[in-house]
Amino acid sequence: MPKAKWMSIPKVRESIANTSGEVVTASYLDIIKNSKINGYVTVNEEGAIARAQEIDKNGHDGVLAGVPIAIKDNISTKGIQTTCSSKILQGYVPPYNAHVIERLLAEGAVILGKTNMDEFAMGTSTESSHYGTTLNPWDLERVPGGSSGGSAAVVAAGEAPISLGSDTGGSVRCPAAFCGVVGLKPTYGGISRYGLISYANSLEQIGPIATNVSDIATIMDVIGGHDPRDSTSIKRNTAYRNSLVDDVSGLKIGVPDEYFAEGIDAGVEKAVWNAIHKFEDMGATWEKISMPHTKYALASYYIIAMSEASSNLARFDGTRYGLREEGENWHVMASKTRASGFGEEVKRRILIGTYALSAGYHDRYYLKALKVRTLVKQDFDKALSNVDVLMAPTMPAPAFKIGEKIQEVDVNIEYADERPSQQIKVVSSPLDLYLTDVNTVPVNLSGVPSISMPCGLVDGLPVGLQIIGKHFDESTIMRAAYSFEQNTDHLTKRPAGVE
Amino acid sequence: MVYDNPDGVMIGLEIHVQLNKLNTKIFCGCSTKYHEAGPNTHVCPVCLGLPGALPVINEKAVESAMKIGLALNCEIVHQTQFHRKNYYYPDLPKGFQTTQYDYPIAGEGRVVIEGEDGEHVVRITRAHMEEDPGRLVHIGTIEKSRGTLIDYNRSGMALIEVVTEPDMRSPKEARRFLDKLRNILEYLDVFDSSLEGAMRVDANISIGGGSRAEVKNISSHKGAERALLFEIIRQKNLLRRGGTVVLETRHFDEARGVTISLRTKEEEHDYRYFPEPDLVPMRVADRTARILGTLPELPDAKRERFIAEYGMIDMHAKALTSGIRIADFYEDVASRIDAKTCTPWVADVLKGELNYRDLTIESFTVDDIVGIIEMVVSDKITEKSAVEVIRTILDSGGHPLDIVKEKGLLKVEDDVVSRAVLKVINENEVAVADYLGGKEQSLNFLVGQVMKKTRGRADAREAREMVLESLNQ
Repeated sequence: MPKAKWMSIPKVRESIANTSGEVVTASYLDIIKNSKINGYVTVNEEGAIARAQEIDKNGHDGVLAGVPIAIKDNISTKGIQTTCSSKILQGYVPPYNAHVIERLLAEGAVILGKTNMDEFAMGTSTESSHYGTTLNPWDLERVPGGSSGGSAAVVAAGEAPISLGSDTGGSVRCPAAFCGVVGLKPTYGGISRYGLISYANSLEQIGPIATNVSDIATIMDVIGGHDPRDSTSIKRNTAYRNSLVDDVSGLKIGVPDEYFAEGIDAGVEKAVWNAIHKFEDMGATWEKISMPHTKYALASYYIIAMSEASSNLARFDGTRYGLREEGENWHVMASKTRASGFGEEVKRRILIGTYALSAGYHDRYYLKALKVRTLVKQDFDKALSNVDVLMAPTMPAPAFKIGEKIQEVDVNIEYADERPSQQIKVVSSPLDLYLTDVNTVPVNLSGVPSISMPCGLVDGLPVGLQIIGKHFDESTIMRAAYSFEQNTDHLTKRPAGVE
Repeated sequence: MVYDNPDGVMIGLEIHVQLNKLNTKIFCGCSTKYHEAGPNTHVCPVCLGLPGALPVINEKAVESAMKIGLALNCEIVHQTQFHRKNYYYPDLPKGFQTTQYDYPIAGEGRVVIEGEDGEHVVRITRAHMEEDPGRLVHIGTIEKSRGTLIDYNRSGMALIEVVTEPDMRSPKEARRFLDKLRNILEYLDVFDSSLEGAMRVDANISIGGGSRAEVKNISSHKGAERALLFEIIRQKNLLRRGGTVVLETRHFDEARGVTISLRTKEEEHDYRYFPEPDLVPMRVADRTARILGTLPELPDAKRERFIAEYGMIDMHAKALTSGIRIADFYEDVASRIDAKTCTPWVADVLKGELNYRDLTIESFTVDDIVGIIEMVVSDKITEKSAVEVIRTILDSGGHPLDIVKEKGLLKVEDDVVSRAVLKVINENEVAVADYLGGKEQSLNFLVGQVMKKTRGRADAREAREMVLESLNQ
C-alpha cells in the first residue's frame, strides 16, 4: 500500500509521467480505502480509474491531465451521487455537471470522489453530516472544521492532492485552518456557482483547497472567470499564477482589532502575530485598524443565510428526486419526506429563516440584517482603501473536540393533536458553534476574497492565518501567501502518518 | 346616458399572459414549442429546479414585458428586480416562484374600453414578469382526483401578469377589457392566443362595497363573463338571505359554470417575498426609448388613422381594428380598391358573415374579396349576388369566378334587356294603356314580364327604369 503524502500538482504530474495516471489514481484510491477519517461520502472508484486510463490512452494537454481531485458533495457531478451529506439527497445522481466540474474535466482532472460536509454546508465541524463526522487527521478526536471538512481533511491526510470546497461563512477557510492546509474563498462573482447546491446564494463561493499556494493559483486559473449561466459571475480576465511572486516589500497590512476579540485562544493570537511580524521582516508594514461593525456581522450573517436557506431548501419535497416518504396526499408526503430527510441543524435553520422572512418579522430581522450587511461592507471598503490586505486569525481557536460544542439535552415534545408525546435530544445551544465563525463571516457579507494558510501549531494543532484582500484582488493575497510560504516552514508540517 | 351600476359591482382582473412567441423560456434555453410534444420533454436542470441550477434572464422576455407595459400606457420602472414567492406546490419545482414584487417592470397605466356608457378607463395597477409553474393533470376532477401527473414542459415559460384596479362595473366590461387586452397583445406580436393556456384570468369581484371574492382559473373571456355573472347572483342571493360575502378564493368550474370555494383569507399563504439572490437587479430605463420606437401602431391609434385616412365612420374603424389581422386584411384590400367602396364590404358584409359563422378573417383571402368587389363595381354581378358568393366561399369554398359561372350570377347585357322591354310593351297593349291611364300596378306587371323574358338575370331596378323610359317616350 502506498504511503499517504502531500503532493503538489507538479509532483503529481511528475509521478504520472514516471508511471501512469492510472497508477497514481489507484494509489490515491488505495489510501482512501484505508482511511481512518471518513472524508468521503462517495468514492468514484470505477469512474476515476476509467477516466485515468482514458487519459493515459488518449493523452491530454490540460494543466490537470490525470490529476486526481476531491469534490465537496454539494457540487453537482454528472453520474456521481451528490448528497450534500443529507439523507434527503441519498441516491440523487445529477444529470449535469457544475461549471467548475466542466472546467476541471476540460483540463484533464480525475474526480476521486465526493467529500463529506456539514449537511447542506450548515456547520463548522462536519458533525451535522448524515454520513458521520469526518475526523481531523491531526487528532482523530477532533473535528476537521466545516462545512468543507471532508475536502480539507482528505487533502491534509494525503487522500487527494487538491480539492474543491465551498465557503458561505468560512466553510473553506475554517477547515483549511483546522487541518493545516491552504484554502481560498474567492471574491463573490469570481467563480460560477452553476451546479453548486445553494445554501445561501448571496454569500457563497466555490473555493480550492491545496497543500500549497501555487496549486491554489493553478486551480483558480482553471475554475475562475465568467459563466453566462450564473448571472452573478463577473466578466473579468484572470491569470492567478502570475501573482506567485516572492515579494511583499511595501505591502500595507491592516490588523483589525475586532478580530482578536475576547475569548481568542492565546496560542492562536501569538501564532498570528508572529506571522504578521514575519511579514514585517519581509518588507511589509502593518498597522492596527478598527472595523467597528464586526460584532454585528455574525447575527446579520445567520439571518441572511438562514432566510435564503429556508427558500433554497424548499425544492427538496420528495417529488422529483432523492428521498420520498409515503403519505396520503402530496402535502403529507412532502412533510414526511422533509421531516425524515433533513437533520436537526438543517431544520433549525429552515425554521429560523422562515420565521425571519415571515410577515411581521421580515422588517425586524431580514431587512435589518441587510442593513447591517451594508455597514459591514462599508467597514471593509474603508479599511481596504488604506491598506492592501487585512490579516487576522481564521478561527479564534484550533480544532475543538468532536461533540464539544454540541451539548444535547432531552426535550419532551407535546403535540396539539392526538399524537403521543415523545422525548427527543436537541442541541441545547448552537450558539457556541456559531460563535466560532466570528472572523470568517464578515468576509462573506462583504464579498471580498480571503485565503487561509497555516502559520504555526498550538499543542500540535494547526493555526490558520487569514489574509483578506480587496474585491477581485486575489493576486495580492496570493502574492502575500506565496511569499509567506517561501519564507517559512509552516507548510512543511504534516499530520502524523503523512509524508 | 350614464351607467348607474345598480348593484355596485366592482371587478378587478389579474391576467397571466404567456409569452409563447418567444423562442425560449424565461430563465433557461428550453424551447417554448412544447404544445404538441409529450410531457416533460422540454425541460432542463433550470426549469426542473434541479439542485444547483441557476436562472438567467431571457432579455427578449424583458423587451416583450416593456413593450406590453408601454402599450398599456404604464410607467416603466428605472430598475427592476426579481423576488421569490415562497410556497409549496407540486407544480412548483423549486418550492418558490421567481416573480416580481416591489420593483415590477411596469407601474401604473390605463386602457380605454367600450364601457356600459361609452368610453371607460380601466386603470392598470402594474404589469410584472414571472415564471409559469408546471402543469398538473388531475385524473378526474380537482375535488375527487384519483391521482395527479406533473408535466414540467410549461415550467419556466415567461409570463406577464397584468393587474388592474377594480374599475370594471359589469361582467360585460370585464370581457371587453379582456378582448381589448388580447387585441393589444396580438398587435404587439408577443403571444399566440390560440395556444392552450396563453391567457389565464383571475377576477376579483365585490358588490355594494362588500368583501371581494377572487375567482381563479378562468381560461376564456366568455368564461370570465360567465364566472362573474354567476358570482353576482351568488353574492346577491347570499346577501338577500342575510349572509355576508367573505374574503375568499374561489375556483371556476367551467363545465358546470359555477364557482366553488377553495380557501378563505385565514388560509392564505404568507409568501415570504425576498429578493432573488441569483438574479441581479436590472436597469431597464435606458432601453425605454428604443423599445418605444419599435412599438407597432396600436388599436386606438389605428382606429383614428382609419377614420382620417380612409374617411370611414367610427363604427367601421372599430370593427376593422378589433384585431391586427382584420386590420391588415382591410389595408391590403384598400390598397387595391377605393376605400369608400371596399370599407362596407369588409367591415359590414364580410365581417358580419364571419361573425355569424364564428369564423375569423383567416377564413377569407384578400384576392377573393377584391375580385368580388371588382365584379360589383364593373356591374358584372349584383350586390345580392356578391353576398351569395361570399357565403358560398365561407360555407363550401371555391373561387369567386367559378361560383359566379356555376350559379349563373353574371348580369345580362343591357341590349338583351332593352329588346325584352320593347317586346313586352308591344305584346301587352292593354297593360300599357292601363298604366298610361293612371293604373300604377300595371308597371309592376310589365317589369315582371321583362324579368320573366330574361329569366331573372336582369337587374330588377334597371329593368323598371327601362320600362318607364319606353312608356314615357
